[in-house]
Amino acid sequence: MTPLRPSEFPPPFDPNEFVVAAGEPEIEVGVLIVGAGPAGLACAIRLGQLLEDAPELAERLGEVPVAVLEKGKQPGSHLLSGAVVNPRSLRRLFRGRLSTGDMPFLGRVEHESVYYLTPKRALRIPTPPTMRNSGNYVASLSQLGRWLAERAEEAGTTILPETTGHALLVNGRVRGVRTGDRGRGRGGEELGNFEPGSDVHARVTVLAEGTQGHLTGVALDHFGLQGDNPQVWALGVKEVWKVANPLDRVIHTMGWPLRAGAKYREFGGSFVYPMGEDMVTVGMVVGLDYRDAELSVHDVLQELKTHPLLRKLLEGGERVAWGAKTIPEGGFVSLPRQLHAPGLLICGDGAGLVNVPALKGIHYAIESGRLAAEAAFAALQPGEAVGRRGALASYDESLQESFIWSDLKQVRNMRQAFGRGFWLGGAMAGAMTASRGHFPPGDARTERDDDQELIRTDRAKSYPAPDGKLSFDKLSSVFLSGNATRDDAPNHIRVRDRVPQEVAELWTRLCPAAVYEVGEEAGDEDVHVEITPSNCVQCGAITAKGGRLTPPEGGAGPDYKQT
Amino acid sequence: MKIAVCAKYVPESTAARRIDPQTKRLDRSGEGALNPFDVNAVEEALRLKEGGDGEVVIVSLGPERALEALRRALAMGADRIVLVADEAAAGSDLVATSRVLAAALERESPDLVLFGQQANDADGAVLWAAVAERLQRPLISQVAELSLEDGTVRGKRQTEYGYDVIDAPLPAVVAVSDAINEPRYPSLKGIMGAKKKPQEAVSLADLGVGAEEAGEAGSRTTVEALNDPPPRGDTEKIEDDGSAADRIVEFLLERKAI
Amino acid sequence: MRFLVFVEHHEGRLQKDSLGVLSKAASLGGEVEAVLLGSGVNELAAEAGKYGAQRVHVDDDVLLDKPLPQPRVDALETLLADQQFDAVLFAASVLSADVAAALAARLDAGLNYDLTDLAVEDGKLVGKRPALGDSIYVDVGWSSEPRLALIRSGTFEPEEAGGSADVAPFESRFQDFSLAATMVEQAHEESEGPSIEDADVIVAAGRGLGGPDNFGLVEELAKALGGAVAATRAVVDAGWYPYSTQVGQTGKTVSPKLYVAVGISGAIQHKVGMQSSGLIVAINKDPNAPIFEYADLGVVGDLHEIVPKLTELVRARKAA
Repeated sequence: MTPLRPSEFPPPFDPNEFVVAAGEPEIEVGVLIVGAGPAGLACAIRLGQLLEDAPELAERLGEVPVAVLEKGKQPGSHLLSGAVVNPRSLRRLFRGRLSTGDMPFLGRVEHESVYYLTPKRALRIPTPPTMRNSGNYVASLSQLGRWLAERAEEAGTTILPETTGHALLVNGRVRGVRTGDRGRGRGGEELGNFEPGSDVHARVTVLAEGTQGHLTGVALDHFGLQGDNPQVWALGVKEVWKVANPLDRVIHTMGWPLRAGAKYREFGGSFVYPMGEDMVTVGMVVGLDYRDAELSVHDVLQELKTHPLLRKLLEGGERVAWGAKTIPEGGFVSLPRQLHAPGLLICGDGAGLVNVPALKGIHYAIESGRLAAEAAFAALQPGEAVGRRGALASYDESLQESFIWSDLKQVRNMRQAFGRGFWLGGAMAGAMTASRGHFPPGDARTERDDDQELIRTDRAKSYPAPDGKLSFDKLSSVFLSGNATRDDAPNHIRVRDRVPQEVAELWTRLCPAAVYEVGEEAGDEDVHVEITPSNCVQCGAITAKGGRLTPPEGGAGPDYKQT
Repeated sequence: MKIAVCAKYVPESTAARRIDPQTKRLDRSGEGALNPFDVNAVEEALRLKEGGDGEVVIVSLGPERALEALRRALAMGADRIVLVADEAAAGSDLVATSRVLAAALERESPDLVLFGQQANDADGAVLWAAVAERLQRPLISQVAELSLEDGTVRGKRQTEYGYDVIDAPLPAVVAVSDAINEPRYPSLKGIMGAKKKPQEAVSLADLGVGAEEAGEAGSRTTVEALNDPPPRGDTEKIEDDGSAADRIVEFLLERKAI
Repeated sequence: MRFLVFVEHHEGRLQKDSLGVLSKAASLGGEVEAVLLGSGVNELAAEAGKYGAQRVHVDDDVLLDKPLPQPRVDALETLLADQQFDAVLFAASVLSADVAAALAARLDAGLNYDLTDLAVEDGKLVGKRPALGDSIYVDVGWSSEPRLALIRSGTFEPEEAGGSADVAPFESRFQDFSLAATMVEQAHEESEGPSIEDADVIVAAGRGLGGPDNFGLVEELAKALGGAVAATRAVVDAGWYPYSTQVGQTGKTVSPKLYVAVGISGAIQHKVGMQSSGLIVAINKDPNAPIFEYADLGVVGDLHEIVPKLTELVRARKAA
């Protein structure tokens, strides 16, 4: 039997559906930012700072000079990361106004350890230079988002929660965004409280949607901005625990439960971070180029917790949060060839600005948001025409001159090296670090995640049965994420309804929120795919492996607080 | 026509709720939201106001940070918020809360006062009856359908036995059930305009209520202790060998369920 | 301790929950009296004696004919001005809840509600009530008199104590505003059976049912038990049954005395909608279904065989 690739079963999705001719504006704002994450809020905050000293421009931008759309219930609801944050971008953003002591960090990184795990042992290995974290701080990205939102509002931003960016409004240039409808039924029909989306026009639109950004994908396609290499992703699933004994260090692990052989393509590892005195966060991150149809990152996380190193840490504790999100992992070679278009700027994870070996993206998101604000501000000056070709090119220029670019360039081939398996990849990574990115020369190529041929092993056999104390099933985890999405909402996930059984099984295991199930036989060895879209926590994994996530109704999805 | 909606700020999602072991009351220090049942009351008020020139005022007793959550009502279309944000009122029971709310409502002198079905923090119940008593106004509760004509409000009240239809002359107090309507989503314009609408935080003194009349001092009930729930009793699990139905009936008889 | 129990009546019979509260008060010792309000209720008064009331105060007045709360507050105030009671107990109902709360405001007296037990500890009356979805229990007290208490419906069973009560008529003084609300149409027994929120018995079906055609089984059992039919999210999602019957996190929360879960796996999204049910009986062919962790009686088996048999047996029982 020929091996299957998920890419053979592409979803019914056409990005052109989400590009709409701009007509009359219903609402007008100065600068419209899509996404209240670190990139979007940094952009809003910097704009507020710049407009403070430019009152005439502020006035010309109208009643709402800066608006941020957020699809979650509130800023932070859809934010999830480890996280260990490099404070340099926040310091730069708040220079002269706030100090590190004012920021909602949960502690400085004092000690760190990296382990190579086997089923029973934890072998300490020296911290790879790319992963050193001294001088960095542990944070909850969700909390950081809420804090940044408060700073943005203080700086005059209008934040619009429960509002999705559904389509780009284009008329020569990007004019703004059409927001999503609310109150449709499962079949798309208008319910009693149907509220149509609005056409929001802005002089400049900034896309800061995070990983798998919906409008970002649409824009990259419409304006032909993709680079030479496709983007690839990893899926991170994490939990927050209240624990009896404080953890004094930041821990990263590699090895078990992931498999080192090249045929599995299981790239990733785990992180364990202390969150203040009595809490820790533990997460598992796995590249979505994995091949085994039975791999389930959520279940691998449950398995990880049974390792003596982790069991000891979590014993007697209580799980208080759970969540999942993808991370763009292509790095430098997968960046779009350009991150601006007429009237449009793209920042943060949506652009792919993540340093995979260092596991860092938040400070790049913040810096890119800041640079986007400066570019927008410059293009809005009197005498400038924001829609002029190249008006926003200064954004790309400043990005290329920034530390973001030099950092990413230095580690540009590392992730791809691990496509050759853990040991060879590790050796190559070592060589790259030592040579500061000069060796091996050239740029690696990235292969799409959904182009990987599926294999099947008995992987599922070793997943622990949920005991409700240390290991948990997917449904109770979805509940813990605060997800109370309306059941009769339209299905926001584009995926083929009929696929070979193995592909359906892949999706069933892939999704941390149990959205997909293998349905009834559909003839020809195909099966139907049963979908429960209301479970979806919008992590984006399906988009990497044969489907396409689009934003559901505003306010749906998880309500993260501590992730 | 002025309609006042009494709304409550309740702790966020069920997953995170805790009882504070020291005060023995629900821990309200975390984030909160507008009580979902009160959203039905806001919606009903907006429907009654539609097409007329009325005013919908949100009246609430809670901490200052409740304003953010209550703004949702303004985004839906309500006109004003009056929040009694006085530390002395924290920990009020039914008697104290109704006293404070009644004072705030007297100040507004609305034609109609609306309440939602219950507070989803299991802490509230039947506040409307206590408030109606203090205001000395007629009351209709558990209303699944409401109409207004010629100064009389007519409510279809849901009881254990079916529906009553009750009339009350304005000014009146009505508590609506969650079956009454499907609340609207705030429009984008509504969300943007909400911040600009008047939001007043008043103190007990502004209402002429003494500190000893509210909070724990003004309450007449106490929380004595917290306990684990009583064990559910023996649980049983059997496999059907043809006689399961008999065992079920036996079980139901034993436990007096039939 | 001197208790006054508010006794309700409906269509010529004393209400079962009220009688249960009366029995409970009697079991706590002390003096127990009842109050009965309405029009044409004199004959019912003596009944209360059977369940532990030593005296029944009656106001038989046309102004109390309709089951409206506010005139009853006036009646109770009149009675309580004349007689001293340590506590006034109400079995919770739509009517009594309004009465009790308004009375609390009238008398500036504490009201504890949703009580699932009452006790006298060290000479003090203590109420017990659940909180946080029944995951924790709270002991509550009063700092004023009379102590007003609303008891959760279905908590206490009536027990005949075989006594008789003397009937003491009284006449209430009514306030104008209490009489302003008028009943245009009074409810009558619904022929279709209770809605799931009010039902004492619920039979709920999940995906294990197999298909919409099998709902007949469920409806028959519900009818036999005198209950309502409910459904899980998966079933409603699949279009087998209407959304109004959905129980769970994104549906309704119910707490009937008996919840029969048929073909339901019992994931937490469903559990939070029914976990405070009095008794939970689960039938599922998967022995590892989460519902078995919290069902009082769990039956591993084929619902298509068990449910029809159960329905027949229940019918036979009820006929007997």
